[in-house]
Amino acid sequence: MKDNIKELLQTAQDLRWEIGDGFHEQIMESLYADATRIADRAVTYPDQKPRFDLDRTIDNLVTSRMWGFPLMILMLTLVFWLTISGANYPSSLLSSLLIDTVHPLLKSAVASIGMPWWLSGVLIDGGYLATAWVVSVMLPPMAIFFPLFTLLEDFGYLPRVAFNLDHIFRKAGAHGKQALSMTMGFGCNAAGVISTRVIDSPRERLIAIITNNFSLCNGRWPTQILIATIFIGTLVPAQLGGVVSALAVVGVALLGVLLTFLVSWALSRTVLKGEVSTFNLELPPYRPPRILQTLYTSVIDRTLIVLWRAVVFALPAGMVIWLTANLTINGTSIAEYLVNFLNPFGLLLGLNGVILVAFLVAIPANEIVIPTVLMLTVLVTRTTGIGAGSGVLFELGSGTATLDILTRGGWTLLTGVNLMLFSLLHNPCSTTIYTIYKETDSLKWTAVATLLPVLMGIVVTFFTAQIWRLFAG
Amino acid sequence: MVKQKDSDLSLNLKGTQAACATCPAHHAANLKKLGVDMENWDYVVALAGNPNTGKSTVFNALTGLRQHTGNWPGKTVTRAEGGFEYDGSRYKLVDLPGTYSLLATSLDEEIARDFILFGQPDVTIVVVDASRLERNLNLVLQVMEITSRVVICLNLVDEAERHNMQVDHRRLARDLGVPVVPTAARYNQGLEELLAAVNEVATGKVQSKPYHVKYNLPKLDLAVSQLVEQIQEAFPQVPNARWVALRLLDGDERIIRAVEEGELGDLTSDQPSLEEGSVGHVSQKSGFAQ
Repeated sequence: MKDNIKELLQTAQDLRWEIGDGFHEQIMESLYADATRIADRAVTYPDQKPRFDLDRTIDNLVTSRMWGFPLMILMLTLVFWLTISGANYPSSLLSSLLIDTVHPLLKSAVASIGMPWWLSGVLIDGGYLATAWVVSVMLPPMAIFFPLFTLLEDFGYLPRVAFNLDHIFRKAGAHGKQALSMTMGFGCNAAGVISTRVIDSPRERLIAIITNNFSLCNGRWPTQILIATIFIGTLVPAQLGGVVSALAVVGVALLGVLLTFLVSWALSRTVLKGEVSTFNLELPPYRPPRILQTLYTSVIDRTLIVLWRAVVFALPAGMVIWLTANLTINGTSIAEYLVNFLNPFGLLLGLNGVILVAFLVAIPANEIVIPTVLMLTVLVTRTTGIGAGSGVLFELGSGTATLDILTRGGWTLLTGVNLMLFSLLHNPCSTTIYTIYKETDSLKWTAVATLLPVLMGIVVTFFTAQIWRLFAG
Repeated sequence: MVKQKDSDLSLNLKGTQAACATCPAHHAANLKKLGVDMENWDYVVALAGNPNTGKSTVFNALTGLRQHTGNWPGKTVTRAEGGFEYDGSRYKLVDLPGTYSLLATSLDEEIARDFILFGQPDVTIVVVDASRLERNLNLVLQVMEITSRVVICLNLVDEAERHNMQVDHRRLARDLGVPVVPTAARYNQGLEELLAAVNEVATGKVQSKPYHVKYNLPKLDLAVSQLVEQIQEAFPQVPNARWVALRLLDGDERIIRAVEEGELGDLTSDQPSLEEGSVGHVSQKSGFAQ
């Protein structure tokens, strides 16, 4: 270090003693005073009398102790109801186009050029059908859900959610900003994990990262929506079906929020003890959402990107499933070996082997759980004389047809409920796991964040199944 | 709605080639959004501001990128970069995390401050919420202590008007001593004028003399001037010796380290550094507003 630098630092230290303690506050005071003075000179209010303030009125309502939570739940239910009832028709339209019309056309086209049966099986019955399923099941709900969610976000509602949840997070020993990362997680857990960067304290950030997976991500919404529609929506008269399914999905999402609080609380009392840090949350003004731009960005940035990701994973997964369904050892296919192997454990949890295999296959992307379940179910039921081709999906144009396939696969209402629970409580997708590793730079915490939800899922579904069977006989 | 009343005059001269060439609107047609393609830039522009003032909206409007904008504070957690071409020069635009101050008490503040200080952007745009001017000016004053190459983007004027407020941007420009451009970035208003102001500061056509906070503490002033002398001796190139002196007096670890490790010596000023005589001096030059 050069002498003059040493001398400079020494002078600074000496002077610091000389001018004394209060000087930092003095600097800040001068800064604020100047800012106030300059702002006062520039700003004029031609109409000084306080007018009716719409923002404040809305804020008083949506953040009130009494109405804050009910309004939040109502808003969420409304969004899902619009998604579920709106997606029904375009979904069946897409599936009848892609699966009932295009699929046979493709089959006959490749048959006419003499493609070997195994190649057309891998490409069309495997890859194409899985992709077609992902598109027809996921595109319509996402194209409705994401714009609605983005509109709420653009309007300025999310910080109010954070405001409402802040005191609960504090009681749980976590950072209030975790409400924001949790909300982001409802879109995508990987994005939610990255957004925990707004939390400065490493302890509170770890809590936020570990619990982010309890936010249902968009790869899991379609599973929830579909299973709720066909298992729970059908329990009530048709007119109520949409609302009841929406409420079921909201219920699972709220269970996730509740678990976020509980797990945060448990972590902050045990392995991640520490002080709760304070922060300022600015409630931004409500802004009229820019409808067209929101539609554009949410369709391009969210819907299509998420769909693309699903397709990228579904295509090879579909091929692999078809192969495992058609490669046989001693007359039994590999898929059946796997399913049969996991079946006893699955049944113990109120699920089945097919579902567990599907969740293994879907580690790269949660989106393909349902397509995999359907393909494998058709495969397994084939052995009992239902269905007509290994690993091939067909004529599943509507919810009732899907229900039909699933009930023939031995599904009950319990299977549906537990699938919804397990979809909430299982390991994050591989992208999220990798993101957690990059953000925490620790194998230990990555393992905790990955395995904790699976363990919880196993425990919750096990007890649900036992209690259910106790009462249902 | 924003009205660029000041440019009405030059617009009235339509047809006169000479007048059009000097009008900011003339160059606006030269904006080329480069998205993430930002090889070989001529100028680096930093985008600072309080959270939720529309920085990302300005960023997207200038670069043509679609970084997700959301109506909540603290949304931009990483530094986003994009490029645009204006008037023949290529600009790299860096969107900094939104902060209320530059005292580096949080990671966000440290990222923002380090970039403005050590990244030495050619221009720093401070996006300011017109309807919350007072609080936003805290950050502006702090940025202006570090660099004189500041352009104020007085954003959300539409919202301020909705709240029945009027902000006199010319008076603000005079008081702050740097260009102030009113915008409503959500509706793409005022961005052309913003680009023109950024261009003028980047190319050195306009040299600002930013207002510096007066502390009214004789003891402090004495200590600062003593330190400034030593800082300028050790690092003759440092463009913001007064600010460094204040940070050293405040015991700012990061700055002490920068002095120790000589990092401060890497800072250069390719424009005349502000002599101490101008500290606290309000520029008499007006007309920055356009």
